[in-house]
Parts: sequence; C-alpha cells; structure tokens
Amino acid sequence: MKEIIVIIGGGIAGLEAASQLLKLGYSPIIVEKSDHLGGHVSRWNKLFPDMTPAQDLLSELIMSSKDANIFLNTAISSMNRLKDSYNIMLSNGISIITKYILITTGFRLFDASKKEEYGYGVYDQVITNADLEHWFNNGNDGRIDNSQMNAIGFVHCVGSRDEKARNTQCSKVCCITAIKQAIELKERFPDAQIYCFYMDLRLFGKKFEDFYIKAQKDFGIHFIRGRVSEVSENIEGKVIVKAEDTLAGKPIKVTLDLLVLMSGMVCNPDSTRTAGMMALPIDSDGFLKSSDNVFHITSSPKQGIYYAGACTGPKTVPETLAEARSAVLEIHSHIIGKE
Amino acid sequence: MNVFGFKISPSSAIDMDKVDRARFEELCRVEPDAVRCMACGSCSATCPASAFSGMSIRKVLLMLQRGKEKDAFRMMRNCMLCGKCTMVCPRGINTRHLILSICRIYDDKEGKQ
Ligand SMILES: Cc1cc2nc3c(=O)[nH]c(=O)nc-3n(C[C@H](O)[C@H](O)[C@H](O)COP(=O)(O)OP(=O)(O)OC[C@H]3O[C@@H](n4cnc5c(N)ncnc54)[C@H](O)[C@@H]3O)c2cc1C
Ligand code: SF4
Ligand code: SF4
Ligand code: SF4
Repeated sequence: MKEIIVIIGGGIAGLEAASQLLKLGYSPIIVEKSDHLGGHVSRWNKLFPDMTPAQDLLSELIMSSKDANIFLNTAISSMNRLKDSYNIMLSNGISIITKYILITTGFRLFDASKKEEYGYGVYDQVITNADLEHWFNNGNDGRIDNSQMNAIGFVHCVGSRDEKARNTQCSKVCCITAIKQAIELKERFPDAQIYCFYMDLRLFGKKFEDFYIKAQKDFGIHFIRGRVSEVSENIEGKVIVKAEDTLAGKPIKVTLDLLVLMSGMVCNPDSTRTAGMMALPIDSDGFLKSSDNVFHITSSPKQGIYYAGACTGPKTVPETLAEARSAVLEIHSHIIGKE
Repeated sequence: MNVFGFKISPSSAIDMDKVDRARFEELCRVEPDAVRCMACGSCSATCPASAFSGMSIRKVLLMLQRGKEKDAFRMMRNCMLCGKCTMVCPRGINTRHLILSICRIYDDKEGKQ
C-alpha cells in the first residue's frame, strides 16, 4: 500500500513537498484552508533575486503536484494520536489515518494598521508591500495615483524588530523586497524621488547586495538610516514622514505622495492552533519550534510530524522549497528504514 | 610666528584604549537595557527638545560608551523628562528612567558642568 502523507497548508512549501512525494511514489493529501493554492506567493508579482514571475513558479508547482489529493476550503477539526499513527478529522467530515504529517502552514503578514503612527487605513497615501505587489499584478489601486508621483517612501521593519508590536524577530525578506519594489516603482515613475528609511540593511542572500548597488547607482534611490517615528497628512493630501537621520544626527522630514510600509512576516495563528492540537512546542518568536535550529529544522519533537517553510520562521522562496525537499527526504528515509 | 595660521587643537578622535568603563558598567547594573539600543533614532525623532537643542538619548548612550561624558551631559541638560522617547523605543527601553539613573550615577561634579 502506498504510504499516505498529510500536508497541512497548500503554499509553495506544501506544493513542492507534494510534488516530490508523488515522484517517490507516495500518496500526499494537501489540506488547504483557503480557496486557492500557492499561499502568499500567489499574491506576489515578481520574485527577487531573478525577477521570476511568481505565476510561473506557481503554475509549475501546481502542475507537478496535481496528482495529490487536494482539499481546498478545508480546515483541520481535530487531530489525535493513535498507537503509531495520527487520526485527523477535516472540517468537510472526512477523517484520515496517517503515520506522517507535514506542517506547511506558513506565516501571516503583520497587520500594519496596528502601528497607528504610520497611518495605514487612515491616510490614503499609505499602503503595504503586499498592496504594492497586488497593484503590480492588476494595476488597480485607488490609492496609487499615477498622474502625481513626485516622491515615494519605504518604511522598513514595520512590525518587525519591535517590542511594542511584540515581534522582536527580523523578517529577513523585507529589506530586499523594499529595494526590489523601490526599483520597480522608479522604473514606472522615473521622475519620482524614492526614499528607503531603514535601521539596518540586511541583504544576506545571493545577489541581494547587487540590488542595493543597482538601486544606488542606476536608480538613485535615497537611503536614510533612521526609523520613521510618525506620519501625518498635510492640507494638499500628501503625507509627511518624520525620522531621525541617524547618520547626519539630525531630525529629518520629507513630503511624499506614496508611503509603502514593509509589513513583516509574523507567526500564523492558524499554525499555532494546529500545533496546539498535538501539543507541539511554540518558539519564543511565536513560530513553530523545530527540534533544533541547526541540524533538524524540519523535525518536530513528535514522531512522524515534520515542518517546512515559513511556519518555523521568516524564509525566502528558495529556502522554503529547499526545506520542503529536505522534509520529504526525511520522511522517505524514515519509511524506508522501517521496511 | 605661525605663518600658515595652524594652531593645535585637541583631537576629537575617540580613543577606546583610554575609555573608562567603570561608571557605564555601574549604570548597566541598575539599567541593563542601557546596552540594548540599536540606534534607530525613534527617540530623537520624537523628542520635543531634539530639534532645537540636539538632545538625543541615542547619542547620550553612545557618548557615555565612547568616553565623551561631557558631551553627553551638555545634551542631557535639555531633557524635560516628558517620556515621549520611552513610548516609541522599539527595543522597549525605559529611556526616561535611564536618564534619571544616568544623572544619579554619574556624579554631580560632571552632571552640573
Ligand atoms: C511582501 C513579500 C514579498 C516577498 N517576495 C519574495 C520574493 O520576491 N522572493 C522570495 O524568495 N521570497 C519572497 N517572499 C517570501 C515568500 O512569500 C515566502 O518564502 C513563502 O510565502 C513561504 O511559503 P510557505 O508555503 O511556507 O507559506 P505561505 O505562503 O504562508 O503558505 C501557507 C499556506 O498554508 C495555508 N494554511 C495556513 N494555516 C493552515 C491551516 N491551519 N490549515 C490549512 N491550511 C493552512 C495558507 O492558507 C497558505 O496557503 C516575500 C514575502 C513577503 C512578505
Ligand atoms: S529584513 Fe530588513 S526591513 Fe525586514 S525586518 Fe529585517 S531589517 Fe527590517
Ligand atoms: S524624556 Fe527627554 S529625551 Fe525623552 S522625549 Fe522627553 S525631552 Fe526628549
Ligand atoms: S528609540 Fe530606543 S533603540 Fe531606538 S535609538 Fe532610541 S533608545 Fe535606541
């Protein structure tokens, strides 16, 4: 009999895992709570560092995992442990018995309206990184007025590295995303002045530093080292941003037509709830806690339960895909070892 | 006569070999958060005294750690202890309390300069 593996979450981690499990001859079942596959990547436009269209990646992943059993609009109602397997009840009434569960429930984008001083949801000129990706995809956002775009700002670390927002972790992808989006906007609005307000620029990945140099040299993006302290609106309906320019050691203000908040990757309460059903540990940053963070990132402390992707912390797409493959290999080795 | 108009001015360089760390360490014992500042500038950007007087708790903390106590005290005299900086600090540092502790620990001699 083909071994059944239940994958919770049909984002890129879940899809890649399903596709690899199918190749190895197993029967993956994907349980996805929303009405579509692909998770957050289905909302993005072009992916750093190669500017790959997100839709290309998704179509390929969906194609290669299409033989999996996929339940959309389906949540986990309950899970309990049997002798050497798990009994999972789905919200559609189906119950599954399996020895292997792969959790790929991903992250949640920080709700930018919680940082009231940035005016998201209050001022029309304030949008998030996710809103901007949407606009790149469908060109439809009343807040982005094409005719008048003289100055645009990006605020890094929104809801990340912030004890007041109760997220001390760095979201890792938003520095590079800000630079990517700044360049994309400069291409669309060549006359606009573009400012990135950052605390530290964390450009750790392959080709990321090249983006930074390109932004400075070819696109004239201004980098200001200071965390934005407040945003207000003037009578002309533009937003005024205040910060300290910590390198100049002086307060700084700039008037903008558009402000983009780099909302961070925070733990997904759906992940936590699902993990809670199996009493799986939660880490201090709220993400699921791996057995350890060096050697066993894809293992949980419970036999037969594995993790992949952003459910254990902020990750890029290539990191997420690599973890999905690695988790599949662990499951495969475990099954082979028992035969 | 000095034809070139040069005069000898004291070096403004920071010499870490000569920094006396004793009092900053004493400060850290009562205010362990003193070393958690990540120099984001939120405090200075919010501080009502900053734009006019240059007060910045960020700079004060840095100067105390670089042996520039006098510059720090000169700046701190402009603080009104309003606490706005504490409200915004993303590292959750109680900056207002910290300022009070600095005043207490660094002795009056320097504090009153
Ligand atoms: C603004 C932004 C731009 C980005 N751009 C890039 C980029 O250009 N390049 C790059 O490499 N990375 C980028 N990233 C990172 C990328 O989005 C992540 O690496 C990727 O989304 C992680 O995939 P995932 O499958 O782990 O999680 P997710 O994308 O979060 O998918 C999780 C899936 O699980 C489902 N789910 C959650 N809980 C449950 C549950 N309890 N039951 C059932 N289903 C559940 C969700 O509905 C979702 O479909 C960006 C991130 C952000 C925030
Ligand atoms: S990646 Fe950059 S913007 Fe994102 S939290 Fe880290 S430092 Fe801030
Ligand atoms: S307490 Fe002092 S340093 Fe802080 S905001 Fe008020 S005046 Fe500025
Ligand atoms: S707000 Fe806090 S972390 Fe930021 S510079 Fe001021 S004291 Fe340091």
